[in-house]
Amino acid sequence: MGVELTTTRLEDAAKWAKSSMLDKATGWGRKFSLFSYPFVTACCGMEFMSVAGPKYDIARFGAEFPRFSPRQSDLLMVVGTVTEKQGPALKRVFDQMAEPKWVIAFGVCASTGGFYQNYHTMPGADQVIPVDVYIPGCPPRPEQVLDALILLMDRIQSGRGHSQLRDKREQLIATSQDEG
Amino acid sequence: MAQKVLDAVKASHAAAIEHTESQHGDEIIWVKRDQLLAVATWLKTEPTMAFDAPVFCTCIDRLDWRPLGVPPSQRWTEDKPRFEVVYQLRSTQHRFRIRLKVAVSESDARVPSLASLWPAFDWQERETFDMYGIRFDGHPDLRRIYLYDEFVGYPLRKDYPKDKRQPLVRRDDLPINPIKRPSIFDDHGKAK
Ligand code: SF4
Repeated sequence: MGVELTTTRLEDAAKWAKSSMLDKATGWGRKFSLFSYPFVTACCGMEFMSVAGPKYDIARFGAEFPRFSPRQSDLLMVVGTVTEKQGPALKRVFDQMAEPKWVIAFGVCASTGGFYQNYHTMPGADQVIPVDVYIPGCPPRPEQVLDALILLMDRIQSGRGHSQLRDKREQLIATSQDEG
Repeated sequence: MAQKVLDAVKASHAAAIEHTESQHGDEIIWVKRDQLLAVATWLKTEPTMAFDAPVFCTCIDRLDWRPLGVPPSQRWTEDKPRFEVVYQLRSTQHRFRIRLKVAVSESDARVPSLASLWPAFDWQERETFDMYGIRFDGHPDLRRIYLYDEFVGYPLRKDYPKDKRQPLVRRDDLPINPIKRPSIFDDHGKAK
């Protein structure tokens, strides 16, 4: 079967060099026009504001525009502690976003639950939705956020975001079923 | 300061008081449960008391309470009531502060509601019910306030397992989906 899934960044780079001009162009376009949906639930929101503000200025990377409707955004930023009670809301926001979509877990609370180990905190947003990039820190420094954004842009360009990979997987499965 | 209040309550409601104490500058009245409403009504309506500001209502779980430096006779043991329901009141007029405590047992965790006297206690009593499972008799709308209705048990009780979660949603594509796995806890939060 001709099923190959990319695994390392080096392989990605090699694939990318071979990929068609159209793929490169859409990847390039996508990575510089991220519209983010800030799902801000706790103290990390302060740091999110500073990243979005003029000093650190996330707008330099084309992700400046927070949209407060999931329909209009393609980057979900889970900023802060997610409780079990919020789980259905988070899942619903993610489901409403149009494909392709990416998710950043901002801060240790959104990544793993952080220092909360109790009845009400979800141990990481990835219990409910697939997360592309995790940012450690309580709260993370703005530089870390920018670093994560660049990492994500890398992945978008090479088509390794969660939703992009799922698309590829489904295509591969469909073609291999056609062949078989 | 509030010693005046203690003396006045002792004089007017001697039969309703179990005992009184003072701790860190706060006066505490232990009230018998069936007399709580009467004492509270008197504290609110009596002009020399005029407790018009409800501060908080909460509960203390004394399960396995073995503090150092406290004589064993005062520690929580099996035959003592497990919960203490606490009402803190304040009189803005006379600048009094008083704390009412009611001892209730685990098997009969009921207290008369004070929400009819001070409406601000409505949500506080709901929170106490949510976290400790104390039933407030006569409360207008006693249901969970913070947690979801699907939640089983009362999380701030000391015998609730500290890391037991009750998820509402989980991803289907995770290898371990706790919603689909049979729970290792029974309905009372004890391990099976
Ligand atoms: S990671 Fe720290 S700063 Fe961020 S939401 Fe959690 S506790 Fe707050």
